Amino acid sequence: MSTLKSFKHSAQRAFKHRSFGVGAAIVMLLVVSATVSLFWSPYPVGDIDIPNKLAAASAQHWFGTDSLGRDIASLLLVGSQNSLLVGFIAVGIGLGLGVPLGLLASAQRGWVEEVVMRAADFTFAFPALLSAILLTAIYGPGLVVSITAIGIFNIPVFARITRGAANAVWSRDFTLAARAAGKTKWDITWEHVLPNVASVLIVQATVQFAIAILAEAALSYLGLGTQPPNPSWGRMLNEAQSQMFQAPMLAVYPGIAIALAVLGLNLMGDGLRDLLDPRLSRMR
Amino acid sequence: MTTSSTTPLLSVRNLRVALQTSHGQLEALRGVDFEMQRGDTLGLIGESGCGKSLTALAIMGLLPDRATVSGSIELNGTELTPMSDEALCTLRGARMAMIFQEPMTALNPLHPIWKQIAEPLQLHQGMDLATAKARALELLDRVQLPRARERLDNYPHQLSGGQRQRVMISIALACQPDILIADEPTTALDVTVQKEVLALIRQLVAEDGMGLLLISHDLGLMRDQVESVMVMYGGAVVESAPTQELFGMRAHPYTQGLFAARPKLGLKRGTRLQTIAGNVPEIFNWPLGCAFAERCAYVQDSCRQTLPELERVPNTGRVKVSQRADLSAPFAEHWVRCPEWEKLEALK
Repeated sequence: MSTLKSFKHSAQRAFKHRSFGVGAAIVMLLVVSATVSLFWSPYPVGDIDIPNKLAAASAQHWFGTDSLGRDIASLLLVGSQNSLLVGFIAVGIGLGLGVPLGLLASAQRGWVEEVVMRAADFTFAFPALLSAILLTAIYGPGLVVSITAIGIFNIPVFARITRGAANAVWSRDFTLAARAAGKTKWDITWEHVLPNVASVLIVQATVQFAIAILAEAALSYLGLGTQPPNPSWGRMLNEAQSQMFQAPMLAVYPGIAIALAVLGLNLMGDGLRDLLDPRLSRMR
Repeated sequence: MTTSSTTPLLSVRNLRVALQTSHGQLEALRGVDFEMQRGDTLGLIGESGCGKSLTALAIMGLLPDRATVSGSIELNGTELTPMSDEALCTLRGARMAMIFQEPMTALNPLHPIWKQIAEPLQLHQGMDLATAKARALELLDRVQLPRARERLDNYPHQLSGGQRQRVMISIALACQPDILIADEPTTALDVTVQKEVLALIRQLVAEDGMGLLLISHDLGLMRDQVESVMVMYGGAVVESAPTQELFGMRAHPYTQGLFAARPKLGLKRGTRLQTIAGNVPEIFNWPLGCAFAERCAYVQDSCRQTLPELERVPNTGRVKVSQRADLSAPFAEHWVRCPEWEKLEALK
């Protein structure tokens, strides 16, 4: 009962926070459109309608059609699936591997920490785009390759941030008190360190999610990401480039979609940073 | 030194701790010896950086990785120094427990207090969650936390400093350890709360027949709470004696300085408190000999070269050594690490 009440309380508090409210609304919009597009879109995305190409926005085609007569609104809706998929999996890879590595480095210190962090530095030296191009050269372009490349890029990001935050927790008295109570390093890592770094990780995850969406768009724009006929915001931008002067709006729509998604995630991350700060949440 | 036939509860012999620092290897503890039986209460006194807390952490096996320990620490006859961290984990919290200085930061802000009390119970006694919670309530009652039942689900930030320290005590005592180490347990508390908390620790220790190692820099607290006192300076014990004897005699020049620097009632307004001339030397500047040498009015050349041995001060009979006849031998004796103590005594 009390947990339900406190949940309601924190939900109220969360939505009073302006940037969290706005950010969460945009992210919800993104999630809803991706979900809806799984079952329904105004037109099937593969439908080519040459006579109707480059149509202006109308009641039939909310945002008009592209150079092959495909419905822009449908492409945008279905394209959001792609962005979310990349974001979730790439951040998942980063969290799943980076966080344990960071916790390990922080708990063991000494040479283990040194090895993990230098390996993170090494991986970090290759930007996501560069490693994606490298992987594409080997395995050929495609969604899986771009997700993997962005995911690998996320590992050192999370490893570093986890280790930094975990080191701060380890220096606090309650971990010493837990050791004095007979807890092993691993118990303490699980019960004390991880919950205390969770808020930092959640905030970072939203930021990395936004970066992953941007990176996927960039890769697809370069033709290294999502392959046709699957729609992707990045590829829509690429295709719009050749009609820049006949139909400038073709570039504007996916551009707005990308910018909005990134803005929403960043606002939400900003809001979460405030909301999850225990010093602020104590002021009830 | 000991004549007792039973194994001591805690025996520390020639404990040395060296720290690896940017100034090289530094000896932060220069040979600490003491012994405690069940029911003994020992005070460890000295200023910041003299090695009090280091001694406590060394006993618990919680020194930082860059520290190397030599000498012997025996708990109930078991040598602790060569033990692995895993083996020590089964002793910490179960046979030996520790209370820390800062109750504000020694509790995890994310867990309700009952969970933090239940942790050692689940860990060392294999209790299930419900039993452990029930036991946590008993423990909170035992440390006289008001309205303990309502407080079980509280988070640390909902409690005052004194209440939190009571929670810390209940965590430390949860598994009825043999020895309790209290590292300045009341320094962060209000003066009025200090007395209550210390009295509580004393009472609980006596009830369970534990050994108590109380670390403090507060002379007044020591007098009422412990039977025996060790004074530390510069990583070495400079004087140890039964509390009454030490407070009465003060054989070491540092102990004298420490007592002279205390504020007293009845001092005229504007009177400057006595100070010990000079500063505590930085650890990387410690002399080969007595660390107090540079500040000592009675210093001899030999003091600077070698660390003086502990000398036994014969009981002058001026002070009642102890109310307790069964005090273990080193407890009942008066030792001082100063070759000049007899001359000082004659000057008085």
